[in-house]
Amino acid sequence: MVHGEFWTIKDLFVLPNEYVYWSIQIVLYPYMTGLVAGAFVLSSLYHVFGVEKLKQIARFALVFSFALLPVAMMPLMMHLQQPLRGTNVLMTPHFTSAISAFGIVFMTYACIVGAEIWFVYRKFIVDSIHRLQAKSSRGPGESLLLLIYKVISLGAMDLSKEALEADHKAVKFLAGLGIPVACFLHGYAGFIFGSVKANALWMTPLMPVIFICSAVVSGIALCIISYAVFMELRKWAARRNKHYFLPDALAHGSSAVDPEHLRSVQGHEVKMTSKYLLIFMTLAITLELLDIIFRGYTAVKSWDILRDVIYEHDFVKIFVLQYGIGNVLPFLMLLAPRLTTRRAALACLLVLFGVLMMRWNVVIGGQAFSLTFAGFMHYHLPIIPHDMETFKEGLGGALLVVSTPFIIFYFLNMIFPAFLEEKEAH
Amino acid sequence: MKRRDFLKNSLVFVSGASVCASALEFLDPREVLAANPEVRWAFLVNTHKCVGCGFCVKACKIENEVPFEANVTRTWVERYVIKRDGEVVMDSPKGARDGFTSKELDQGASGMRRIPDEEISQAFFVPKLCNQCQNPPCVQVCPVGATYQTGDGVVLVDRSWCIGCGYCIMGCPYGVRFFHPVEKVAEKCNFCYHRITKGMNTACVDACPFGARLIGNLRDPDDPVAKAVMTQRVGVLRDEYGTKPHVFYIGLNKEVR
Repeated sequence: MVHGEFWTIKDLFVLPNEYVYWSIQIVLYPYMTGLVAGAFVLSSLYHVFGVEKLKQIARFALVFSFALLPVAMMPLMMHLQQPLRGTNVLMTPHFTSAISAFGIVFMTYACIVGAEIWFVYRKFIVDSIHRLQAKSSRGPGESLLLLIYKVISLGAMDLSKEALEADHKAVKFLAGLGIPVACFLHGYAGFIFGSVKANALWMTPLMPVIFICSAVVSGIALCIISYAVFMELRKWAARRNKHYFLPDALAHGSSAVDPEHLRSVQGHEVKMTSKYLLIFMTLAITLELLDIIFRGYTAVKSWDILRDVIYEHDFVKIFVLQYGIGNVLPFLMLLAPRLTTRRAALACLLVLFGVLMMRWNVVIGGQAFSLTFAGFMHYHLPIIPHDMETFKEGLGGALLVVSTPFIIFYFLNMIFPAFLEEKEAH
Repeated sequence: MKRRDFLKNSLVFVSGASVCASALEFLDPREVLAANPEVRWAFLVNTHKCVGCGFCVKACKIENEVPFEANVTRTWVERYVIKRDGEVVMDSPKGARDGFTSKELDQGASGMRRIPDEEISQAFFVPKLCNQCQNPPCVQVCPVGATYQTGDGVVLVDRSWCIGCGYCIMGCPYGVRFFHPVEKVAEKCNFCYHRITKGMNTACVDACPFGARLIGNLRDPDDPVAKAVMTQRVGVLRDEYGTKPHVFYIGLNKEVR
C-alpha cells in the first residue's frame, strides 16, 4: 500500500499523489521539541534573570528538559521511511534544508543543556562520590551509581570556594546562552513548516515566532503539572514513609522529608510559575489570532480554501478544542483568584492539550486541502495497528513518544535528583 | 625623476596591478559549462492534442517500475469540465491510468458526478509530470542531498541515500512526488533520464499516439521543443512560486491548477 493511503480520505479534486504524508509523529515532533525548549526557558528564568521564587522548579525544569531532549528527535526518527539512514543527515548535511540545520542547532542545544546540568550538579556529584566511597559495603545499585558518578565527574573533584564560584558563573553563562539557542531550536521547528512555500497554511514568516511562544507555554505548563504530580508522589511517600518508591531516595538512600514543607514549597512554586505561564499564553494567543486575522484581511488566492478549512472543516478543532478548551478556559482558570495547586494543574493540562491541538491544526490542517485548492483530505489516526507503519504513525507510536520522557526522567532523577534542596543550589 | 612623474607612474602601476589581479583569474571550463550548458532538457505539452487515453501513464508505470495498481504515479492526466455557469469540475481517477472511459467525474468521498452535456461549455485534458524546475524546492529542502539537480536541469533522486522524511513531497508545489510503495523512498518523474541521455525519447512521449507530449533540448535552436517555446505562446504551471518550471504547455487554461 502507498504510504499515507491508509489514513487519508480524499474528497473532490485531489492530485493522484497527494496524501496526508506528515501524520501524528510530525504533530508530536514540534510538540516535544517545544516542551524541551519551554522547560529550559523556565529553568533559565531563575538561573539568568535571578527570579528567586522559581528556584525549586528551575532545577526540576532543567533536569526534565534534559529528559525530554532525546525525545525531541524520536518522532522524526519514527516517521522516517528509512529510519536506519537517519544518520545520513549528520553525514551529509545539506545546509539549504531546514531539517538539516535543525540537527546542528539541536546538537548545540543538547551540549549546552548537558554542560549546564554538569555544572549545576558538580558539587553534588563529587559529594556523592565521597559519600559512596566512604560506605563500607555497597549494594550493586550503589556500586553502579558510584561508577556513573566517577565517569561523569570527569575527574573535576575540586570543591574549593573558587571552583564553586566558577561553576556558578558557568551556569549563568550557559543558561544565558541557552535561551536564544532554545528559542532558535524551536524557531527552527516552525521554520521547517513556515518555509514550505507550496503550503498555503504554513507559508508565513510568523510561523517560527508562533511556535516559539507556544513552545514556552507548553514547556512551562508541562513543568508545572509534572512538578505538581511528582511533588504529590513525594508527599504521599513521605506521609507513608515509603521512600523506596522515589527514584532519588532509591539511589541515595531515604532521608526524612516533611510533607508539610513539601506542600508549602509545591504551592508556592506552582503559583509563581503560573504567573509566568499567563504572560507567555497572552503572547501566544495574540500571535495566533493575529495570524488568522491577517490572512482573512489580506485574503490572497489561497484564502478561499483556508477559510473553508478554518471555519468549516476544522472549526471544532480550532475554535472549540484549541482556542476554547485549550486557551480561554485555562486562561480564566489561572486568572481567577485563590489559585490552588489542583486548579493550576488542571489548567496546565488543558494548556498542554491546547498546544497539542495547535500543532495538530497546523500540521494536519495544513495538509487538509489539496494543492489544487479544489479538494480536501481527511486524516484518520490509525488506532489499531496492523503493521509496523500503522503502529509507528498511529496511536501506539504517539503514546510511546509521549511516555518516553517520563521513563527517562525516572532514571535520570536517580543520578541528578531534580528535587534536591541544598543551600548552595544554583 | 620629477615628483609629477613619480605620482603619474605610481598611479599607472596601481591601476595596472589592480586590473591584472582580476584578469589573472582563469575561467574554469566546468564553470562556463554549468553557467551555459549545452543541454537543458525541457518538456512540451500540447493540451489541444491530449485526448485522455492514459497511454502515457500506463507506459510510465511500466517503464519506471511504479507498481501498476498503486494509487501513485509519476505522470498523470487531469480532466477539466467547465460548466456554462462557470463552475469547474475536475478529476483524475487513478491518475487516468486506464484513460477516461466514463462521463462520470470521480469526486472522491463525494462520489461520482455526471454533468449533462448541455451544461458543459468547455472540456479538456491536461497531462502533468515533474516540472524539472530551474529552482527546485525539493532539492532545497532535502536534508541529505539525496535529491539533486544535474547540469542539464533534471532533478534526480538517489534511492540509496534518501531517508524518507517526506520534506521534498511537502515542498513540491506541483504534487509530483510520492513515496515509492516498494522502495520506500521519495519518487518522481525524472524525464526518463536513463533514456534521454542515450538519445531516446521518454516512455510517455513514445507512448502518446497524438503527439501531445514532446521532450527536447532548450539550448538547441533547431529542436522542435525549443522552437515551440521560443515562437509560440506557451504557459507554465504556478509561476508564482518562483520555481521556473521547464514543462511548457500550449493551450494552458487559467483554470488549470
